[in-house]
Amino acid sequence: MRLALTEEQEMLKRAARDFLDDKCSKAFVRQVEDSETGFSRELWQDMAELGWMGLIVPEQYGGGGMSFLDLAVLLEEMGRSCLPGPFFSTVVLGALTILDAGSEQQKQEYLPGVVRGEKILTLALDEPGFGGYDAGSIKVEATLDGHNYCITGTKLFVPDAHIADHLLCAVRTKPENVIAALVADAGSPQISHAPLKSIGGDRLYEVVFDRLPVPETRLLGGVSQGSMVVDRIVQRAAVAKCCEMVGNIQRVLEMTVDYAKERKQFDRPIGSFQVIQHYCADMATDVDGARLSTYQAAWMLSQALPCAREVAIAKAWMGEASRRVIDLAHQIHGAIGVSMEHDLHFYTRRAKAAEIAFGDADFYREVVAREMGLW
Amino acid sequence: MDFGFTDEQNRFRHEVRSFLEEEIEKGHWEPACDAWIQGFNPEFTRRVAHRGWIGLTWPEEYGGQGRSHTDRLILTEEMLRFGAPAACHWFADRQVGGAILSFGSEELKREFLPRIARGEAYFGLGMSEPGAGSDLASLQTRAVEDGDYYTINGQKTWTSCAYFAHYFDVYARTDPEAPKHRGISEFIVDARSPGLSRIPMTDITGTEAWSDLFFDNVRVHKKYLIGQKDRGFYQVLHQLDYERSGMERIMGNYPLFEAVVQFSKENQLSLQPAVRSKLAQLEIEFEVGRLLGYRVTSVMEDGKTPNWESAMSKAYSTEFEKRLANVSMEILGPYGQLMSGSRLVPLRGMAPHSYLGSKGYSLQAGTTEILKNILATRGLGLPAA
Ligand SMILES: Cc1cc2nc3c(=O)[nH]c(=O)nc-3n(C[C@H](O)[C@H](O)[C@H](O)COP(=O)(O)OP(=O)(O)OC[C@H]3O[C@@H](n4cnc5c(N)ncnc54)[C@H](O)[C@@H]3O)c2cc1C
Repeated sequence: MRLALTEEQEMLKRAARDFLDDKCSKAFVRQVEDSETGFSRELWQDMAELGWMGLIVPEQYGGGGMSFLDLAVLLEEMGRSCLPGPFFSTVVLGALTILDAGSEQQKQEYLPGVVRGEKILTLALDEPGFGGYDAGSIKVEATLDGHNYCITGTKLFVPDAHIADHLLCAVRTKPENVIAALVADAGSPQISHAPLKSIGGDRLYEVVFDRLPVPETRLLGGVSQGSMVVDRIVQRAAVAKCCEMVGNIQRVLEMTVDYAKERKQFDRPIGSFQVIQHYCADMATDVDGARLSTYQAAWMLSQALPCAREVAIAKAWMGEASRRVIDLAHQIHGAIGVSMEHDLHFYTRRAKAAEIAFGDADFYREVVAREMGLW
Repeated sequence: MDFGFTDEQNRFRHEVRSFLEEEIEKGHWEPACDAWIQGFNPEFTRRVAHRGWIGLTWPEEYGGQGRSHTDRLILTEEMLRFGAPAACHWFADRQVGGAILSFGSEELKREFLPRIARGEAYFGLGMSEPGAGSDLASLQTRAVEDGDYYTINGQKTWTSCAYFAHYFDVYARTDPEAPKHRGISEFIVDARSPGLSRIPMTDITGTEAWSDLFFDNVRVHKKYLIGQKDRGFYQVLHQLDYERSGMERIMGNYPLFEAVVQFSKENQLSLQPAVRSKLAQLEIEFEVGRLLGYRVTSVMEDGKTPNWESAMSKAYSTEFEKRLANVSMEILGPYGQLMSGSRLVPLRGMAPHSYLGSKGYSLQAGTTEILKNILATRGLGLPAA
């Protein structure tokens, strides 16, 4: 047991921090958020050259062969800098799913392009009225017709659908009636998408499939494995979201402490008022609890250990802890923190979106309760 | 980062666990809340000592085993999981031994450490006074040099475990002229010293938890001064970092946690969403507290003294203990009010005992407010108030 980063992880973290400080200032984030696509192709290429898209893709597909825990370090830095763009969709939702469930041929087909920064992937999971984040509640059907599955239905909150090359689509197959994931080409005329304007500033879409044919060779992991594939997607995504959020709230804590040291009222720094000090202490405790529980889950994922309980704990804690941290940050910043001029809103908006994504605290408390054998 | 334990560490955990299970099976004791501070059981302490499990991390030449902090973490975690009566040796093992090791003379190390490790020397902590709680540096107990001796006069209060302690780790003012932090020294005082008297005090649970100690011209040989004269306050800060660092802060009432989860399952209470949501939330909060505690050990393994890390872990964990007790009472409904020994009492009365006792957890060893001050100023670098 050692709950500190290894030397290599520290190096990765520093390199990522330096790069993002340089290329991903808040002025840049603002500009990208306001742009039409919400995406900078140039930055994407730079990231590909650094090997980020392939960080944990095995070397035979052109990647760096590192572990999920290393990716966690990178995601934390991305969360810290509010990096806009489809990294999460492409790597966490897309590439890791193909790595996890894809056949050798599917890996050969998709992964090298992702690693080179040429392919953008995303996942169509949520559905209208979709309550839980478990495979069982998926209703969009894919009906086998000859050698094609034909997908019809609506998916919601699909990130980056407007720039994706491929959409991984979680479906219920017919006639087998099992949950499975299919890789669809985004450009097909039978797919249409409409933007949703969301609090997080990320690009979410409603995606409609109208009798889209997908060859059965595009099925990930075979029919029998499907629901496990989807459950594992949600697990990884929940942890990866937490990793981004560790970077988010760590930065919020630092900004707040810095501000409390600088801002003077009544002739003294507000950080010398004990109430403010205790708020900051509470924030730090929430942040460290979030960091440790997140990294524990990430460590277990990279060790391929069963970790439903630990993932649920991390996401449940993060949802509520991040909200407390952000609330206190706003209180300590005073009015400037609720203005668009200040950077805090980037973090506030993303934190709320992350709290909702892949299950909130209520959802994961039920998972924890199940793991405890309470129901 | 590595959240796992080595095979050897897992074997050690298993060994401790088997030992404790066997103890319970043989009926030597019953798992209890707060047993680390209230479970007086000299035979148990001797059996633990016999295994080499007191002073586990100390050098072998002083009776220790030279083992890692992680091993001690595993050992204490298991002791707490089983609610084992470890109070006789807890303070000496956790902090006084370490203080002697860090600051004491060679002679003191040879005199005390092997005896602590054999489970023969129990210590109490003589820090607080009626006028000196959080502001420990304002303490008034005096120690005046007198040839080869110091003569101590004054009063200590809230001394836990005093009724069975053989020695007290006492802080007294040796230089009344110096600024208050710079005139305090640390002594080992024999509990049977002439002039030292004790009046027991009962805590809110009805337990004789503490004593008042009165020092009336108590003579202590100079060799029982720990470390440097007038440096006692700095030494106690170091010791407090260890006092706050352990798993007892999150696991002191673990037997209640386990029992209330079991009770909820058996009585199908957890089929109610509200009940299982509360228990799951406790499990989540417990896990976070456990990790904050592990982090402290990890810092020690890196060769550093934990400071704000133990303040954070202790402040967080004692608040968890209060919520655990409260949720337990809510789940038990009207039965929750029944105290140990009553007809119809569920869970051996652990819930109301813990509910009452937990009010003190966030006071002892530094109040939550003081710990947040430490975290804010030393951890985050905010300017002093
Ligand atoms: C169960 C138990 C066991 C104990 N065992 C021992 C023992 O073995 N040996 C021993 O020496 N002592 C022991 N103590 C005493 C303990 O160390 C003191 O209770 C503690 O230091 C607080 O002192 P106090 O109770 O006098 O409260 P006070 O210091 O008077 O504090 C009262 C309130 O004021 C707040 N306060 C004080 N100063 C500040 C500040 N600067 N900023 C913000 N708030 C502040 C406190 O946080 C608290 O809320 C024990 C206490 C308990 C409850």
